[in-house]
Amino acid sequence: MTIENFNTDRGLALLTVMERIRAFEEQACLAAERDKLVLGAIHPSIGQEGVAAGVMSNLNKDDIILSTHRGHGHTLAKGASSVAMMRELLGREGGCCGGKGGSMHIADFEVGMLGANGVVSANITIAAGAAHAIKLLGDDRIVVDIFGDGAINRGPFLEGLNWSTVFDLPILFVCEDNQYSATTKTSSMTGGDGPAARATALGLRATEVDGNDAEAVADVAAEICARLRAGGKPEFLHAVTYRQTGHTSFDPAAYRPEGEAAKHRLENDPIARQRDILLTAGISEQALTDIRGEAQAEMIEALRLAAASPFPDDDTVFLDVQDLGSPAVEAY
Amino acid sequence: MTIMTYANAALEAIRQSMQSDPTVWCVGEDLGRGGVFGQYKGLREEFGEARISDAPISEAAIMGAAFGAAMVGTRPVVEMRFADFALCATDELVNQIAKARFMFGGQSRAPMVIRKPMGLWRSSAAQHSQSLESWYVHIPGLVVLCPATPQDNYSMLKAAIACDDPVVYLEHKNIWALEGDVDFDHQITLGEASTRRTGADVTIVSWSNTANLAVEAADTLADKNIDAEVIDLRSLWPWDKSAVLDSVRKTGRLVVAHESVAVGGFGAEIVATVAEQVASSLKGPVRRLGAPRSLIAYAPNLEDKMRVTAEMIVTAAQETFE
Repeated sequence: MTIENFNTDRGLALLTVMERIRAFEEQACLAAERDKLVLGAIHPSIGQEGVAAGVMSNLNKDDIILSTHRGHGHTLAKGASSVAMMRELLGREGGCCGGKGGSMHIADFEVGMLGANGVVSANITIAAGAAHAIKLLGDDRIVVDIFGDGAINRGPFLEGLNWSTVFDLPILFVCEDNQYSATTKTSSMTGGDGPAARATALGLRATEVDGNDAEAVADVAAEICARLRAGGKPEFLHAVTYRQTGHTSFDPAAYRPEGEAAKHRLENDPIARQRDILLTAGISEQALTDIRGEAQAEMIEALRLAAASPFPDDDTVFLDVQDLGSPAVEAY
Repeated sequence: MTIMTYANAALEAIRQSMQSDPTVWCVGEDLGRGGVFGQYKGLREEFGEARISDAPISEAAIMGAAFGAAMVGTRPVVEMRFADFALCATDELVNQIAKARFMFGGQSRAPMVIRKPMGLWRSSAAQHSQSLESWYVHIPGLVVLCPATPQDNYSMLKAAIACDDPVVYLEHKNIWALEGDVDFDHQITLGEASTRRTGADVTIVSWSNTANLAVEAADTLADKNIDAEVIDLRSLWPWDKSAVLDSVRKTGRLVVAHESVAVGGFGAEIVATVAEQVASSLKGPVRRLGAPRSLIAYAPNLEDKMRVTAEMIVTAAQETFE
């Protein structure tokens, strides 16, 4: 990046999305630990916001994404409402999924977000199928499928990526590599030369990027999305980042080497890095502080609204299971 | 009315569904050459390779991709080749397809038919012979169908393709060549049982190929002056409780028979329901026939140890009079 041709609007937009994700997850963690309002597990993506912001900045509302159990950031960046998301985390009426899914199954089909997934790697074949339908229907949308580094060790990675090349589908697979498979260092569990090498072996064009450099992610995703929209072949992006928290909000992550997380927080935080870029580009400290303040105010309000929302009506328990043989008609 | 085989009746159902709805497509291994049992013969020539889609040997991807495509406006017919192989796609079916609509608060539908040819097929051994229908009944979100006749395979498959729920469609692969009358105008309501034979003395409840054996058994019982009623459930979820309960109220005697393992099988569900709701109507002991809880062998004499036969159904029906 040279400062001369720096796109200030995009740079500010990337920061804004990242600050919103960070603020959302900080409030979600408070709601879990301080308030005991989030009853199930949540998996924060704190430290990984650069991937969500950079990739999603290139998608239209009707483009499709699928995400993982660590999917708040992707969902927010795709355009979902922070209030509806927070309600969902608290299991409340008005949540994205009516309180039936929670954090791990968050989805907003209105903005093309076809679901987070509680099963690692499972979204890969489903995303390939979404792209398959787009091709069958002759639409011009594209699909972005996001998964973690742990997902490359499950079968759907091979089957789904192969599927995309066999059927030549409009899809970008993003491996958001936070370096940990739950509580295990992924490198200790992964043979070969890593995600990009595996994708290349399956016939996809693979690119590697520093996932904590939101500008770089946005640049490379822009190129890939342009190729896909022009009818290009499926592609793969390996974005290396770092999970600053434990696997869940309750995991102290004592298994990490001493100082590793602190070093990343200090030297490799995607938000701090983006702020530095914007300061260098001449944006005022005050403007950046305002962005953070607005994001925090939005998410504090989202939590307040969510906590004030009722639980779903008991009568919804048997709705939306199936039409034929619905439990609302016969559950036994 | 046309005489057709069980396999061709299904093929015709797919052809007509694809003609009337451009979003219907089929995906599975070897479909480009008509499918492993020829159930798709000629469709590729008529509809092209995009809609009769040859898939790699990747059951998880076939199931998962079809699901993704179902959420984005298409109606896939998924071919699993053998019901046994569908187990490679269990996460996709059980954790994803069956649950998505509910987990996402009603935002999505998965209108798809998953064809899983099942059952004993001479000397196919333990990995190509299973009947696992009761597993799927246990999974909320799924519709489970087991057609036994050419007419039902035509009418039920058409209805399944038109259904907005994910349907596990279990055809019995030993009766692909079974012939029967098929009326293309005959529509059925999924979930309704078929009374294959009306009778006053004993109710025999079955499905899939065993229902055909039950009809044979009823003919034999008639020679012995026992007037058996044969109820072919056709659909295991939802299942037609009232047809079964009404029949048992009338006859006072019950035999359930299925090819799958008896222990934990769907026959137990039927017997339990009868016990809970119409026990006072029973005039004799209930009989339940299913396979022993053991494995299906290759050698024909060993394989036959796993079968429920028409003779066994006759004996069981007679025992309800003891």
